[in-house]
Amino acid sequence: MSEPVRGLIIGHSTLAAGFAAAVTQIAGAEPGTLVAVSNEGRGPEGLMDAVRTAAGNAPALLLTDLPSGSCALAARKIAMSRPDTAFVCGVNLPLLLDFVFHRDLPLPELVARLVEKGRCGIIGSPNQDSGNAHCAATVG
Amino acid sequence: MPIVLLRLDERLIHGQVVVGWGAKLHVKRMVVIDDELASSPWEQELYCLGVPPEIAAEFVSAATARHEWAAWQQCPEAIILLVRTVDALAALADGRFLEGQPVNLGGLHHAEGREQALPYLYFTPGERRQLEAVAAGGAILTARDLPTSRAVPLADLST
Repeated sequence: MSEPVRGLIIGHSTLAAGFAAAVTQIAGAEPGTLVAVSNEGRGPEGLMDAVRTAAGNAPALLLTDLPSGSCALAARKIAMSRPDTAFVCGVNLPLLLDFVFHRDLPLPELVARLVEKGRCGIIGSPNQDSGNAHCAATVG
Repeated sequence: MPIVLLRLDERLIHGQVVVGWGAKLHVKRMVVIDDELASSPWEQELYCLGVPPEIAAEFVSAATARHEWAAWQQCPEAIILLVRTVDALAALADGRFLEGQPVNLGGLHHAEGREQALPYLYFTPGERRQLEAVAAGGAILTARDLPTSRAVPLADLST
């Protein structure tokens, strides 16, 4: 797999576009690195067509907002049939930022890394504000 | 009224159904009526990822649905029934089977040959005729994507 992975954010309403805009604002990104696809106004087949079109011929990582529902269902179905395609569900901004800087990794390694980064990006207080001390810096 | 919702929605089990309707109606069971999915365990598994643990999900054929209908009506737990195509709804309604039954038109999206009736509802002329036939058979068809939305009777939908 020589071509860098293309990230497709698949989300409800305008969430995917918002995520893509935020990543561009924070990290900058080459055009086509992250593409937003909304489920709004699309049925199951229409959504899968839109994702396949946006993916083109590049290796693709399908990044969905929820782990279930129409976006996740489309991602999971496409990943089962399209070569060089994987998915991560339940994405957040730390995960997406990390993707931009590591999309040349092999897909299995990239997925494992991003899942960990996404989990590490969630902290709370009280009692959990140091719970992710084992996590490396979010971006880098 | 154990069958609290019979919904036509091509996405079947998804956020609007589980969160929007399921929570509002305190649903304990969701039954997908679909001949293809009834015999596809891997697709059932995908759909079930969206079902919270307190809700049971089942996938049955149209024939099984007709057989189980009376039992569902007597069931003490609130049930949502889901179909994903107009064809499936029309088949279920055959012989005035859905007479007196409210039917929720929840989501049919843009596709070739379909015209918009509402932002979440598009029909081909053939689908429109099928829905009118279901209504003529005594079912009460209204469009409503979420409980908080206004219900629109089929007769008021223009395409």
